[in-house]
Amino acid sequence: MKLSVQINEGPYTHAASDTAYQFTKAALEKGHEIFRVFFYHDGVNNGTRFTTPPQDDRNLVNLWSELAAKHNLDLVVCVAAAQRRGIVDPDEAKRNGKDGDNIAPGFRISGLGQLIEAGIQSERLVVFGD
Amino acid sequence: MSETKRFLYVNRKAPYGTIYALESLEVVLIGAAFEQDVALAFVDDGVFQLTKGQDTTGIGVKNFSPTYKALGDYDVNKIYVEKESLEARGLTVDDLMPLKYEDEDDDWAEKDSIHVVSSQELSEIIDQSDIVLSF
Amino acid sequence: MAMLHTVNKSPTDRNTLESCIRLAKKGGSVLLIEDGVYGAIKGAAKAGVVGNAMSGLSFYVLGPDLKARGISEDKLIDGIKIVDYNGFVDLVTEHDTTQSWL
Repeated sequence: MKLSVQINEGPYTHAASDTAYQFTKAALEKGHEIFRVFFYHDGVNNGTRFTTPPQDDRNLVNLWSELAAKHNLDLVVCVAAAQRRGIVDPDEAKRNGKDGDNIAPGFRISGLGQLIEAGIQSERLVVFGD
Repeated sequence: MSETKRFLYVNRKAPYGTIYALESLEVVLIGAAFEQDVALAFVDDGVFQLTKGQDTTGIGVKNFSPTYKALGDYDVNKIYVEKESLEARGLTVDDLMPLKYEDEDDDWAEKDSIHVVSSQELSEIIDQSDIVLSF
Repeated sequence: MAMLHTVNKSPTDRNTLESCIRLAKKGGSVLLIEDGVYGAIKGAAKAGVVGNAMSGLSFYVLGPDLKARGISEDKLIDGIKIVDYNGFVDLVTEHDTTQSWL
């Protein structure tokens, strides 16, 4: 089946991203297709490559980047939410006059329309949040 | 071409204490362009998003309540408010902003977008939805 | 159209589980995840709410979240089925729509 996932919270503070990750991984292992993983609200914070979590615990951003690379996942960070919270890719940096970017590998920044499209194109959409 | 799906946006959180109310409204507005069948449900503290007389000058944040009034222009006119949630909070429909839309199938007559429904009715509405977005 | 409902908060912390049960149409399923698994504990204040709802709704609880919290199976309300992440995925695909109560 074609599934999409929405993640409303950032890494570590809430369990949302972890639960979503485990769900997504299980779905892929079962042979389902993940159409898109859409990061909204503080969920955009899953898309920064500048985290340095403690070595003895999971590195959530890396886990997402690696899962994306392995399965060619479409990890989309909402542009409006990202602008509010400072998640920036090179294009956004240029457009908004920022002196750097922080987007993590495998993530791309795009509009809310991508979430609606995911809802329309997928057979199931599951939301993880607070 | 994909068929039209019934989208339901569920709002259970009060405005201003967190960003969920504002950012969920932003999804609704963008979503309106996709010409799907859209409905909003306000349950529990979510009903507070629709109360009249919001004045945010003292807290220094944008008052986004006028945006609800624009929903009618975006063809979003199925706004369900749970009666039990209102009553538990000492509110009636008169405490809410009068959200309206113009019905193009009825000579553009101005109608109420807000429908106060019982838990039972809302339960049916939820059950009929294809996609439920929560914030 | 059977719906899957997920609840991720404890019933003694938020009213999420209560609202979910109030609004979930009979024939649907409720999956307790994250802190929501505390709602599966027998003898707790809100256990009656879950027990009463079981005549119309099927209840599931995410095993890994129970284990993480040190909740043993014998502490659970009778009739709640434990699933893992594979089971979570199956519940999503077996129901027409998933509503996450946030």
